[in-house]
Amino acid sequence: MISPKLVEVGRHTNIDLLTNSELIDLKGEPGNFTATVRRNPRYVDLAKCTSCGECTKVCPIETTNTYDEGLSQRKAIYKHYAQAMPGAYAINKRGTAPCKATCPAHVSIQGYIALINAGKYQEALELFREEHPFPAVCGRVCHHPCEKMCTRSDLDQPLAIRELHRFLADVERSRGEPAIPAAGAPRPEKVAVIGSGPAGLTAAYYLAKQGYQVTVFEKLPVAGGMMAVGIPAYRLPRDILNFEIEVIRKMGVAIQTGVTFGQDITLDSLKADGFKAVFLGIGLHGGRRLGVENEDAAGVLQGVEFLRDAALGRKIEIGQDVLVVGGGNVAVDVALTAKRLGAKNVTMVCLERREEMPAWAHEIQEALESDITIVNSFGPKAFFIDKRRRVSGLEFKTCTAVFDENKRFNPQYDESACTPMFADTIIISIGQSTDRAHLDGQGIAFSRVGGLQADSVTLQTNLEWVFAGGDAFHGPKSVVEAVASGKEAAESIHRYINGLDLRAGRQKEWEHVKPDLAGEPLHSRVTVRCLDPAARECNFLEVSFGYDEKEARLESQRCLRCGICSECYQCVKACLAKAVDHTQQPETLEIQVGSLILCPGSEPFDPSRLENIYHYNSSPNVVTSLEFERILSATGPTMGHLKRLADDTEPKRIAWLQCVGSRDNNQCGNSYCSSVCCMYALKDAMIAKEHAHGDLECTIFNMDIRSFGKDYEKYYLRAVKDGIRFVRSRVHSVDVLPETGNLSIRYVNDAGDLKLEEFDMVVLSVGLQITPATLALAKKLGVDLHKSGFAANEPFAPVETSRPGVYACGVFQGPKDIPSSVTDASAAAVMAGADLAEARGRDIQKIQLPEELDVSEEDPRIGVFVCNCGINIGGVVDVPGVRAYAEKLPHVVYADENLFTCSQDTQEKIKEKIKEHKLNRVVVASCSPKTHAPMFMETLEACGLNPYLFEMANIRNQDSWVHSGDHDAATRKARDLVRMSVARAATLKTLHSKVVSINKQALVIGGGIAGMNAGLGLARQGFAVVLVEKEAELGGFARRLHHTIEGADIQDYLKQLTARVTGHPKIRVLTQARITACEGFKGNFTTTVQCGSGGQPERIEHGVILVATGATEYRPKEFLYGQDGRVMTQVELSDALAEKGAADLQSVVMIQCVGSRNEENVNCSRICCQNAVKNSLNIKKLNPEAQVYILYRDIRTYGLLEDYYTEARKQGVIFIRFEPEAPPQVINTAEGIAVRVKDHVLQRELEIVADRVVLSAGVTAADTAELSGIMKFNRNPEGFFIEAHVKLRPVDMPSEGVYLCGTAHGPKLISETIAQAQAAAARASTLLAKDSVRLSAITAKVDTERCVKCLTCVRSCPFGVPLYNDKEKVVEINEALCHGCGVCTAVCPRQTINLSFYEDPQLVCKIEALLAEEVG
Amino acid sequence: MRLNYPSNVKIILVPCTGKVDVIHMLTAIQKGADGVYCVGCLEGACHYNQGNLRCRERVNHVRSLLQEVGLEPERVRMYNLSSGEGPTFAAYAKEMTENIQKLGPNPLKKKAGVA
Repeated sequence: MISPKLVEVGRHTNIDLLTNSELIDLKGEPGNFTATVRRNPRYVDLAKCTSCGECTKVCPIETTNTYDEGLSQRKAIYKHYAQAMPGAYAINKRGTAPCKATCPAHVSIQGYIALINAGKYQEALELFREEHPFPAVCGRVCHHPCEKMCTRSDLDQPLAIRELHRFLADVERSRGEPAIPAAGAPRPEKVAVIGSGPAGLTAAYYLAKQGYQVTVFEKLPVAGGMMAVGIPAYRLPRDILNFEIEVIRKMGVAIQTGVTFGQDITLDSLKADGFKAVFLGIGLHGGRRLGVENEDAAGVLQGVEFLRDAALGRKIEIGQDVLVVGGGNVAVDVALTAKRLGAKNVTMVCLERREEMPAWAHEIQEALESDITIVNSFGPKAFFIDKRRRVSGLEFKTCTAVFDENKRFNPQYDESACTPMFADTIIISIGQSTDRAHLDGQGIAFSRVGGLQADSVTLQTNLEWVFAGGDAFHGPKSVVEAVASGKEAAESIHRYINGLDLRAGRQKEWEHVKPDLAGEPLHSRVTVRCLDPAARECNFLEVSFGYDEKEARLESQRCLRCGICSECYQCVKACLAKAVDHTQQPETLEIQVGSLILCPGSEPFDPSRLENIYHYNSSPNVVTSLEFERILSATGPTMGHLKRLADDTEPKRIAWLQCVGSRDNNQCGNSYCSSVCCMYALKDAMIAKEHAHGDLECTIFNMDIRSFGKDYEKYYLRAVKDGIRFVRSRVHSVDVLPETGNLSIRYVNDAGDLKLEEFDMVVLSVGLQITPATLALAKKLGVDLHKSGFAANEPFAPVETSRPGVYACGVFQGPKDIPSSVTDASAAAVMAGADLAEARGRDIQKIQLPEELDVSEEDPRIGVFVCNCGINIGGVVDVPGVRAYAEKLPHVVYADENLFTCSQDTQEKIKEKIKEHKLNRVVVASCSPKTHAPMFMETLEACGLNPYLFEMANIRNQDSWVHSGDHDAATRKARDLVRMSVARAATLKTLHSKVVSINKQALVIGGGIAGMNAGLGLARQGFAVVLVEKEAELGGFARRLHHTIEGADIQDYLKQLTARVTGHPKIRVLTQARITACEGFKGNFTTTVQCGSGGQPERIEHGVILVATGATEYRPKEFLYGQDGRVMTQVELSDALAEKGAADLQSVVMIQCVGSRNEENVNCSRICCQNAVKNSLNIKKLNPEAQVYILYRDIRTYGLLEDYYTEARKQGVIFIRFEPEAPPQVINTAEGIAVRVKDHVLQRELEIVADRVVLSAGVTAADTAELSGIMKFNRNPEGFFIEAHVKLRPVDMPSEGVYLCGTAHGPKLISETIAQAQAAAARASTLLAKDSVRLSAITAKVDTERCVKCLTCVRSCPFGVPLYNDKEKVVEINEALCHGCGVCTAVCPRQTINLSFYEDPQLVCKIEALLAEEVG
Repeated sequence: MRLNYPSNVKIILVPCTGKVDVIHMLTAIQKGADGVYCVGCLEGACHYNQGNLRCRERVNHVRSLLQEVGLEPERVRMYNLSSGEGPTFAAYAKEMTENIQKLGPNPLKKKAGVA
């Protein structure tokens, strides 16, 4: 139902649709506001997305489908629902995943894990290489800071992120050939990289990707830096390293080893050789000395040198007992290497306590596994040497503290507690330093601590063409940090060479948000298999085996998808339209507006908050009403099949529990009634019955059934007749039966007995509530709120907020259903529009239609578009088959099928196809022309085709929906319907509708609150209004009313309103006026009004009619009314209270539903319950001693009125329910007037003696029989006027240009009447704002040549349109007046009248086309 | 409401049943339709005042013509309902189909096929 409206809004030239946006601020005053809007990124370009959906096919991330209320899954790139507007896809992100945000190289970790889950290993590895050239190396040696941030570590253990990319690299290596990242177009500029460590090679890698000519110069005989000569081979086998260095070589990077910078090459020589930039990634290859006596003795080695010599296979002399001084990772590597080189006993000694040691825990663990002894809290004091100056041991002093209170390294010793340790070899491994041997003298600046000096962001040194990074700049760090540094350096060099700003946009904030872990199951981390510790001795075999495929897949499934979108970028590759853009950033817009309308809506109450009562979280068979609607929906998780999601069985007994999250101050704090739940529960129960196979028992547990809307009571009665069971009780609790998953409901029935009843499924009728975001927005805007969160408003200004110029509608204004929402929206529009009236038309755009093509001489060229309507049609009818069939039909030159032919992107496609295939007729086989034809006709017009060259075949409403059980028959019928439509399309002719000017004056019929507000609404927009009132005075029925339930003074308001109306220069008021005749059509009516009894009738020309004829109070025939003066109506009671107070009242009985909800008047009168509550509160206020009894059937104090009902009970008003079968009896007795009623709670007959019996008399339509005859308005059986569409057009009447408001439409409160009157004014102004309108082109035309003037048409036309022109001697039909019914064409004996678009051949051809095939 | 009804019913849209001409109904029968029925607004509630009453007269006229040429008049009939009466629409479609099935195929169908 909402789809055409969405399309209309989406297509409207003068509506700018900002989705994904939030209002941040509003400054200024009415008529001149500046709104600040934050537009969040969609990551898909609206202009480019064709909605083809290819992106979702490759997206590896499944996430909760919020449209299905979480009952199904969708991809991270998605379209909210099929008809969503805008029609483009969007990407769902939650910040950046913590792993990616934390990784120094910002690898899309969640992305490659998602791709592993999808089995796309190559794509996963390519994704890794986007940000990092060493997946295999880092897969072994990374210190993985990402794992620390992994959300899983908050639950069980972090994901083995490192092992997973190692797995990817291992898979590639096992295949032999690596995938070489594509290098950009070659560029002439040369760049030199000094040092082939991870920083240098990374810089080279990214520069090569950009196409630069890169040469890496390496001092050592091997490439790789510390990866080759620092990290031992048992952790990083050299073939693995070389495999990845080879990738860089293959990208075109030249690596020259054995070249010493400062000696073989210098900055000057490089410059001379044409290098444009240099990167210094020279690392920290020197050791740090202890500064202790005899440190130079033989047998004392430096750790870094030791490792280098070991790695290069140089001969190292090492004893049996080795002492390693130091507690860092290098020290551990040294210890383990010494062990592998043959040392028997290796002891590590360090200053730190075990838990303070700088080495990572897993490295310490590995050391312990290899029998390394670790001695903590000792510092070296002096070396022992023998006579040959060879070391024999080291004396240690106790270290009492390593760090001072500022956490700075500042060791304190206890020199009195010393220990000697003896060893053959002592290796010092307490730090690293830059090897400055050849660096000096080139102008390179060094820092205070001896590293290279450079800018921390751009890495540029004091020499502008020289950049520095890696350990030499940052100090000793890990491989991944060197990679990050190299990447930044490459970016800077690229910018430097191209003369770009080095700094712009560099400091990106990496924000991450962790998902909610509630209910997330535990899965422990898959252990990595390792070489047995015993097998590690005396060899350099790799210790860790890594994951095999099964283990990797198991581990990767543990990922929690923190970022939702994993940033795997598969969608970018899949999108042929190049619409995906992951770099989009939020934008802040400043928009000049004159008014603001707030319609932020509501959210359903979350029943998780009442878990102990409803077990919503723990039982899958307890669902919310919205979830249940999705289950019933053809596009929902079960495709409309009624079943329990947990076990796929069809429920046989369903219970609805009303008022969950409504009318409940104790449990949830929402004291109001949500207004909509009763009706949707009725609807869902009825639909569920239709969907069920076999009998379905539907039970609705309720406190009151509130079917208070227009004709809603009839729907309720139908539900009762259809066997829906209503149990009047607020359910105590729901228990889950573990065996079956069924639910046991505990409740107390009317008689006070506790009952247990079992159901297969429970639907919670959850209420509406305002979201926290809306509350915050209102606070920011300075808009006052009601205590329940709805926008505070005055009864006489229902859509105005506390801030002038800001209006509210929809549920934010108060809980309400669709018709009221649509009405209030129009009301807000007219109020907002009045503030802008002066500027009308200033900022709008006009649609430019192309000139119409003349196709009259062409043969028909028909295009057929067959719609799948999601699965509405495609799930039943063989749509491809129908399309293929259509292709072969006569005159068809093109046929296509669409997922949703009505979607905006399909309109564009149809336009393209019309042009491409030169189509001159279009057939759409989809749904109802009633709802969709105008939109498709606009599409034709936009291509220059006459809109009447269009025909629809309704293969949904008339086929797939109603023959869903027989796919073959439905497909055959679809073919028949398409064939019929194609045949008709071939006969269609170009038609032109008449354009008529609009008279800008409005006629308002009725001078009550509705009519006056409608008139004012229009006058404030600048339109002239004639207001016609049959009485001598304005005010209508409201003249008899005193106060609203909120306490607002109605007479005071009426006085002000009347003064505003009578004093308005644009409004002319005619009182004692009677309409005697009316003719014309939208934009051009002429109405004759007789004022007073005598005088000349006046003819008024006007463009629109607003009907506001009101209603009256029912005059009761029952309960001794009119016979006993103590029996009165609520209105009469109000009068009495206003006049005399309540001092004389001791006992008052009110009887509800008098003249409503009975055989004579089936409907509920909507306002009587609040009337009774209002008057009873008034009595209690005037005389607290007075006893008030309200005898009712259902108390229907909907919305915020519920609070007054609660207040009345608190004040001691006694509410007694009766059944319609046993109504109260009013008896005139000697003591007074007595009311007898059966009390359901007490289960016995009561007799109440009363001073007054007050009848809540219903609302009766005003007598409009004569008026509706003159004006040709339709009324329902109760005498209220009928709107054009209950939900979509609640204030329009079926005839165009005629609008309806107030109680003439149905019973309603004053505030509702005012909103509806404003809405009618809004609707009328949409017509009055135009200078002209187009009439229907479907009119009857007389062929005057053949006409014999028999005048049958003149006699037959129901509207008296055909007239005999005496002068010309012809019969004429005025096309502006013709209604297009075609009666004249059928009665004409000579068939000389034709109804355009429905000419006889255009109908007969359909019959022939249908039967031709069937017979043949 | 998506109520199921027999798929042999195919709808031809007209602005008002008052537009339906005798010739339309006769053409359908002549070309081999087994039955024709017109569905208009409830009597007294015609959107165009009286179109449905005119249609009823024409339907009756067609029925008498059918009888004259020896065809069952039940093959053509008039139904009335309001736009909100989906279930009634489905019930009428079912009833009409069942009635026609009792009558058997339109005897003109064979001739039409030959022709």
